[in-house]
Amino acid sequence: MGRYVARRLLQMIPVFIGTTLLIFIMVNVLPGDPVRALWGDKPPDPAQVAQIRHDRGLDLPLWQQYLHYMGGLLQGDFGKTIAGNRPVLDEITQAFPVSMRLASMAWTFELIVGITLGVLAGIKRGRFVDNTVTLFTLLVISVPIFVVGLLCQLFFGNELGWITPTVQDSENMSQLLVPAIVLGMVGLAYVARLTRTSIAENRQADYMRTAVAKGLPRQRIITRHLLRNSLIPVVTYLGTDVGTLMGGAVITEGIFNVTGVGNLLFQALARREGAVIVGVVTVLVIVYLIASLIVDLLYAVLDPRIRYA
Amino acid sequence: MTSIDIKADSVPAPRSGEERSGRLLDVKDLHVEFHTREGVVKAVNGVNYSVDAGETLAVLGESGSGKSVTAQAIMGILDMPPGKIPQGEILFRGQDMLKMSNEERRKIRGRKIAMIFQDALSSLNPVLSVGYQLGEMFRVHDGLSRKQAKAKAVELMERVKIPAAKERVNDYPHQFSGGMRQRIMIAMALALEPDLIIADEPTTALDVTVQAQVMDLLADLQREYNMGLILITHDLGVVADVADKIAVMYAGRIVETAPVHELYKRPAHPYTRGLLESIPRLDQKGQELYAIKGLPPNLLHIPSGCAFNPRCPKAQDICRTDVPALVPVTERDGAELPGRGSACHFWKETIHG
Amino acid sequence: MPDLTKTTATATDEQSVTPDAPVDAIASGPAPGKPRSLWNDAWRELRSNPLFVISAFLIVVLLVVAAFPGLFTDANPDSGDQVNHFLGKPELTHFFQADWFGYDRVGRSIYSRVVHGARNSILVGVGVTILVTLFGGLCGMLAGYFGGFWDSLISRLTDVFFGIPFLLGAMVVLNAFTDRTVWVVMGALAFLGWTQIARVMRGAVITTKHADYVVAARALGAGTKRILFRHILPNALAPVIVVATISLGTYIVAESTLSYLGLGLGDGAISWGGDISDATQDIRNNPHTLFFPAGMLSITVLAFIMMGDAVREALDPKLR
Repeated sequence: MGRYVARRLLQMIPVFIGTTLLIFIMVNVLPGDPVRALWGDKPPDPAQVAQIRHDRGLDLPLWQQYLHYMGGLLQGDFGKTIAGNRPVLDEITQAFPVSMRLASMAWTFELIVGITLGVLAGIKRGRFVDNTVTLFTLLVISVPIFVVGLLCQLFFGNELGWITPTVQDSENMSQLLVPAIVLGMVGLAYVARLTRTSIAENRQADYMRTAVAKGLPRQRIITRHLLRNSLIPVVTYLGTDVGTLMGGAVITEGIFNVTGVGNLLFQALARREGAVIVGVVTVLVIVYLIASLIVDLLYAVLDPRIRYA
Repeated sequence: MTSIDIKADSVPAPRSGEERSGRLLDVKDLHVEFHTREGVVKAVNGVNYSVDAGETLAVLGESGSGKSVTAQAIMGILDMPPGKIPQGEILFRGQDMLKMSNEERRKIRGRKIAMIFQDALSSLNPVLSVGYQLGEMFRVHDGLSRKQAKAKAVELMERVKIPAAKERVNDYPHQFSGGMRQRIMIAMALALEPDLIIADEPTTALDVTVQAQVMDLLADLQREYNMGLILITHDLGVVADVADKIAVMYAGRIVETAPVHELYKRPAHPYTRGLLESIPRLDQKGQELYAIKGLPPNLLHIPSGCAFNPRCPKAQDICRTDVPALVPVTERDGAELPGRGSACHFWKETIHG
Repeated sequence: MPDLTKTTATATDEQSVTPDAPVDAIASGPAPGKPRSLWNDAWRELRSNPLFVISAFLIVVLLVVAAFPGLFTDANPDSGDQVNHFLGKPELTHFFQADWFGYDRVGRSIYSRVVHGARNSILVGVGVTILVTLFGGLCGMLAGYFGGFWDSLISRLTDVFFGIPFLLGAMVVLNAFTDRTVWVVMGALAFLGWTQIARVMRGAVITTKHADYVVAARALGAGTKRILFRHILPNALAPVIVVATISLGTYIVAESTLSYLGLGLGDGAISWGGDISDATQDIRNNPHTLFFPAGMLSITVLAFIMMGDAVREALDPKLR
C-alpha cells in the first residue's frame, strides 16, 4: 500500500511536468504581448517595454523561462502579475477558497441528488420513474450550462426575486446555492446515468440471483448487494469530478459574478497575464492529480479484486 | 401425463419435530414460458417429478432442456416477467408454493430449500468476504449477531473441509480456488440445514479431479443431514455414483424416468439411448464415437408431435403428429417395473428390441 | 435468465444448418440463413428504438438546414434594419418568415440567424469528431496493439492532456488567435479532445487483442496489418463509435460556450453561442433573443446525445 502510493506519486511527476509545460507553451508561444498591453491604446515606449521584459525574464528563451518558473514553483513562488506587480499566489489564494466552496456545494448536490435519481431509475428500470429520470438527464446534458445559468438568473433572480441575480458576497452560502446547483447540474446528470446503468448491469449478475436464493429480504438485497457493487464506478466518477467542477466554473462564475478561480482565469486571459493562467492551471492540475490518486486508492478499498499493482 | 414415483427401499425417517405430509417436494404438471420479443419461449411443458427426504433425483438433459428453469421455478428465483408460470403446482411438504405470498416463499428459500449454482465465482458477491456472505444466512434467518454469525461461518467452512477456515473467513471469493469456492457455495446452501438442496451443475466448472471430491462431499453431507437432493447435470458419469433415480428432460418435458442403474442397463427412450451411446468407452477404442445427430430444438418453435422426432433414428409418422405421454414401462410379460416411465411411442421396441 | 437466452439464441442461429429440422422451424426463425452478428443485431435494435428514430430524423433535418439554409429562409442574417425591426417581438404564426422569431437589437431576423447558425455548429461538431476519431483512434490502436514504448508514450501523453480542463485549455489556445475561423476552433478542440478516444480505443484493442479468435488468426500466420484491420478493428470499434457519437454533442456545446465567452468563432461568423451572448444584455425585457438560439442549440445537442444513447444501447448487449 505504502509502496503503491509512493510509486503513484513518482508517476505523477512526469505528468505534472508535462501538463505545466504544455500549458506554459500554450500561453507563451501564442501571440499577444501583455507588456505592450500595459499602455493600452497609447503607443508604448520601446525602451520601457524592453526594460520590463528584461526584468521579468521574458526575453529569455522559452525553456529557460520554464525552468525559472518551475524553480520558483518549487519554492512556492508563482511569479508576479505584469500589471500591478502583485504575487500571483495572492490572487490564487484569494480566489481559490471561493471556488472550493462553490465546487463542494455543487459536488454535494451532484452526489445526493444524482445517486438518488440513478438508484430510483435503475431499480424501476423501464417504468415511469426511469423514463422521467432518463429524459431529465438527457435534457440537462443537452442544454448548455450557460443557458441553464442565464435562465436560472432570469427566472429566480429577476422574475421571482428569490435570489439576487448576481452573488454579492461569496462567503454567503445561501447566495451561492443557485450557482452551485447550476454548476453541479451536468455532473448530476452523468452521476444519475452512470448509477442507473451500473445498477441495471449488476441486477443481472449471478450473485444477485444467489442473494435471492438465500432468502434475503428485498431491502437487504438492494442495499447490501446491489448498491454496494453498483456504486463503485460512481464513486470513481465523483472523485475525478472535483477537479472538473473547479475548472468548469468559468461560465457559472461569470454569469453570477462569483469571484473565484474561473473568474480570475477569465480576467487573466483578457489581460494576457501568462503567469496567472499558468498558475491557476497548475493548481487545478495538482487538484486533479491528488483526486485521481485518492480515487484509485478508494477503488482498491471498495473492490477487493483490485490489487495495488 | 402420468406421474411416476419411486419408492426407495429404505425411506429414512422424517426429521424430528417436522410433520410429514406426503412427499418432500412434488412438482405437478409445471409449465414455464418466457415472453420475449421474438415470441413465447416454452421452456418447461408439463414436468412432473418428486423427491423424498434423503433421496437424490438426478435431472439430466442438454442445455435448453428446461432442467435449470424447472429448478429456478421451484426455488422461486425466476425473473417474472419475462418468465411466467401459466400452469402447474409445486408442492413442498404438501403445500403449493406457487400460491404462497412472496414473504412466505422468501422464508422457505435458504432455510428449507437451498440452491447450489454452477459458477461459484460469479455466483458469490465479489466485493463481500465469504465470511460475511455465509454469516448473512444466520443473521437474516436466525437473527444472530455479527460476531456469532462469523463464528458460525467458520464452523461451516470447517464442515465443508476448507483448510485454515479461521484465517480464511475474511478472504474474498476470488482468493479461493475453484474447488474451494464451490465448497463455499455448498456451505452456504447447507448453512440452515435445509430439507432440500437443488444443485445446478455443481461440478461442471471444475477440474475432473476436484469434481469427484466436491461430489463426494455433497453426497456425504446429504446423507448426514438426510436431505432431499435434486442434482441437475448433463454429465451421465456424475449421476451414476450418487443418484437414486433419474429424470431425463428434453425440450421442456420429461422423456424418461428410471431408477439409476436400470436406466444405464436398459434405456426406454431413444434419446436416453443416444446419450448413453455417446459416452466414450474404453472397450470401443478405435471405433467412431456415436453422436446424436442434429441440434436441440428451438424452444420458440418446438417440433410438432414428439419434440425429439427430427433427431430420432426410430421416428415414424405418428411421432410427427402425436405428443407421446409419459407411460409406465413394463417388462415384456407386463410385469411392473417400479419407477420407470418413457414418453416414446415405441418404448417397447426401444427397451426390449 | 442467461442460460435460457443463450440457448434460444444458438438454437435460432443454427436451426438452418440442421438438415432434419422441419421446414416450418427453418422458415419462421428470425433472419434465416443470415448470421446474427453484433452489427446486424444492433441495426435491428436501433430501428425499433424510438429514441433513434426521433434523433435520426432531427439530425437529417439539421444537416439539411446546415447545408442549404437558403431553403428555409430568404432573410439575410447579417443585415439588420434597426429602424423598423429593433428588437421586434416574435410572430409565432408567421411560419418560416423573417419575423417568426422576432428581431434582435440590430434589427436582424432571429429566425434567419438561427437557421444560418446551424452550419457552423454542426461543422465544428462533426469536424472535431472526425479529427479526434481518426487521430485518437490511431494513437489508441498503436498503444493498445504494440504496447511497450508506444503504449507508455501515448498513455503518458493522454495523462498530460487529461490534467488540463477541456474548456480552460480551449480558452487559452483560442485566446491567442485573432482570426478564429471554423477551422481554428475545430483544430483547437481536436487538439485538446483526442485523448478521450485514444483511451477508449486503447482499452478496446487490448481487450480484443487477447480474444481467442485473434490469437487463432495469429497462429494461422495472419500478418500484423491483417490482424489489426480485419480482426481487431471491427471488434474494437463499438465503444469508439459510442463515445464519438455522444462527444459530437459535447463538442457543439463547447463551440457555443466558447462563442458565448467571446472566444469562439470570430466576428462575422454566425454562432448560436455568440447570439446568446448578445442576448444577455437585456434578457429581462427581450427573452425571445435568448430563447430561440438557445432552444435550437439545445435541440441540436439533444439530437446527437440521443443518437449516442441509442447507439450505445444497441451495441452493448448488457444494457438490453
